[in-house]
Amino acid sequence: MSRKDTGDIVFRRLMMFFACMILVIVAGILFELTRSSLPSIRKFGFSFLFTSTWDPVFEKFGALPFIYGTLLSSFVALLLAIPIGLGTAIYLAEYSPWWVRNTVSLLVDLLAAIPSVVYGLWGIFVLVPIMRNHVEPFLGKYFGFLPFFQGPQYGVGMISASLILAVMIVPFIISVSREVILAVPQVYKESAYAMGATRWEALISIILSYGRSGIIGGIILALGRAIGETMAVTMIIGNNVKISASLFSPGYTLASVIANEFTEATSDLYLSALVEIGLVLLFVSIFVNVIARILIWSVQQKQLSGMKAKLQAI
Amino acid sequence: MLKKISVILAALGVTATAFAAPMLINGAGATFPYPIYSKWFDVYQSINPDARFNYQSIGSGGGIKQITAGTVDFGASDGPMTDQQLADAPGRLFHIPMVMGAVVAAYNLPGVDKGLKLTPDVVADIFLGKITKWSDPRIVSVNSNRQIPDMPIIVAHRSDGSGTTFIWVDYLSNVSGEWKLKTGKGTSVNWPVGLGGKGNEGVAGIVKQTPGAIGYVELSYAIKNNLPYAFIQNKSGNFIEPTIESTSKAAAGVSIPSDFRVSIVNSPNPEAYPVSGFTWILVYKNQSDPVKGKAIVDFLKWAVHDGQQYADSLLYAPLPEDVVAMIDKKLQEIKY
Repeated sequence: MSRKDTGDIVFRRLMMFFACMILVIVAGILFELTRSSLPSIRKFGFSFLFTSTWDPVFEKFGALPFIYGTLLSSFVALLLAIPIGLGTAIYLAEYSPWWVRNTVSLLVDLLAAIPSVVYGLWGIFVLVPIMRNHVEPFLGKYFGFLPFFQGPQYGVGMISASLILAVMIVPFIISVSREVILAVPQVYKESAYAMGATRWEALISIILSYGRSGIIGGIILALGRAIGETMAVTMIIGNNVKISASLFSPGYTLASVIANEFTEATSDLYLSALVEIGLVLLFVSIFVNVIARILIWSVQQKQLSGMKAKLQAI
Repeated sequence: MLKKISVILAALGVTATAFAAPMLINGAGATFPYPIYSKWFDVYQSINPDARFNYQSIGSGGGIKQITAGTVDFGASDGPMTDQQLADAPGRLFHIPMVMGAVVAAYNLPGVDKGLKLTPDVVADIFLGKITKWSDPRIVSVNSNRQIPDMPIIVAHRSDGSGTTFIWVDYLSNVSGEWKLKTGKGTSVNWPVGLGGKGNEGVAGIVKQTPGAIGYVELSYAIKNNLPYAFIQNKSGNFIEPTIESTSKAAAGVSIPSDFRVSIVNSPNPEAYPVSGFTWILVYKNQSDPVKGKAIVDFLKWAVHDGQQYADSLLYAPLPEDVVAMIDKKLQEIKY
């Protein structure tokens, strides 16, 4: 029945080879990063993750301020990007005329293609003055009772960096969400209308159930980009190794410190500490991804058990 | 038979072209002197077309690393190599000073032009974070003829490792015991306060855009960006304007050791600007390739003599005469 065609065998082996290459590359990256950061791992151990000093002169290194900066800027960026991204996607998929949808989609793709450095330049010359002269004074005046909006207003800092990151990751959320919403079968929407749902009730309930995993996939993709983003962030975040509750204060991210200090790192321990920062960044990305997937899985489990319970009740 | 002949002919052809091609000499290192090195390579090309120079400005730290690893023919650095780094190198490395540069304190104070007078302890305390307002009596008392606005001081420094930083913190370590103890000197330090900008351009950008900011940049960047800069009090008590002349004076009269690894910050010369430094080219004493070795030495000799005329227009300070004489003697020690 199954003729052994050489073409088939070769094709299958070739595709398997490509898949294995990915594993090899990831393993290679992990191996090389660990090998180069061994001097630093041996010297600092786990305390590297909890120390706040970064002193190249006295050779005391710790990653905590950078981990804080990376996570804070990425999550604030997500907080800003998700409502805007989802809202735009829903509008494009459901409400907009075809010519608006196509034009805006094209512009969104262009936004995703703009290089990081260009975002950084735009940030320095346009965003930072606006933040320093208008937005931050406004936030400080009316919301200054919150610890997030206290302290001196430099213009550069965590909030500006988060804003730029939000602009950079919004296209990913929009593209993926739009595709997911467009892929919802018409019959679900019609069933919802038949039950008497209004337009927005129907959209929300369908999107939240049918499109959930796809949209969350897009959000995780966007989060991944935000965590690793280097150039734009390093130009806007102020590059100050400090942990502060205020969003106005400058900060530092894992990717930024590597970009800034790697070429000039003089001593071996300094270099190895920077490579260890790279390793930490890799693990932070993996960790966040894993947490997100566990979250999706647990929500799905709850949904499944909820449906089972309803079926049994019938 | 025919195959063998054609292979031999091809090999001869390749070697012939190898002989005809100009020799390529590779260097890498500091970003600060890159403009003048480019100019020199360009001009030297017409003097000696056989030698072609290629320079990658990857930073002083990179320059030191690459010359130690032997991947380049010469390195370049704004900060001298430490004894440990010299010991790690496979051969004996020479530091040859090329030009001098000044690091200035540029600021953004509405209504205050260049020439704000700052004493060394004030500069150190600003960068330590102890002086936080421009209206501090220690600043106002020395500048009684100026109207200084009451604004918070926003410090700007380099986020990347840099020779400019090295010269600046070398000066701060020299004039402030607290700075020396707490922060120390290096191409990258643990800054007590301030915003970090990438490159001289980054710091100049922060200062230009942020009212109340003060940051350190190379003199050429301050001039090109029209940034006002401070006159810092030198060791003799005079407030000196950073210029090409006052930078060159920083080396005159300072005892220069024979290996040229000297810091000339806070120079005792009464007309010297206190935050000046050399930038060096790093070459091995024993050159493995005699042709390249001769080409490098000839270029260096030309650069410290005829090349110095190009320094002014590019806003670098030329080497003083006595230093050039010492360099000539040193260059004769290079064996190729």
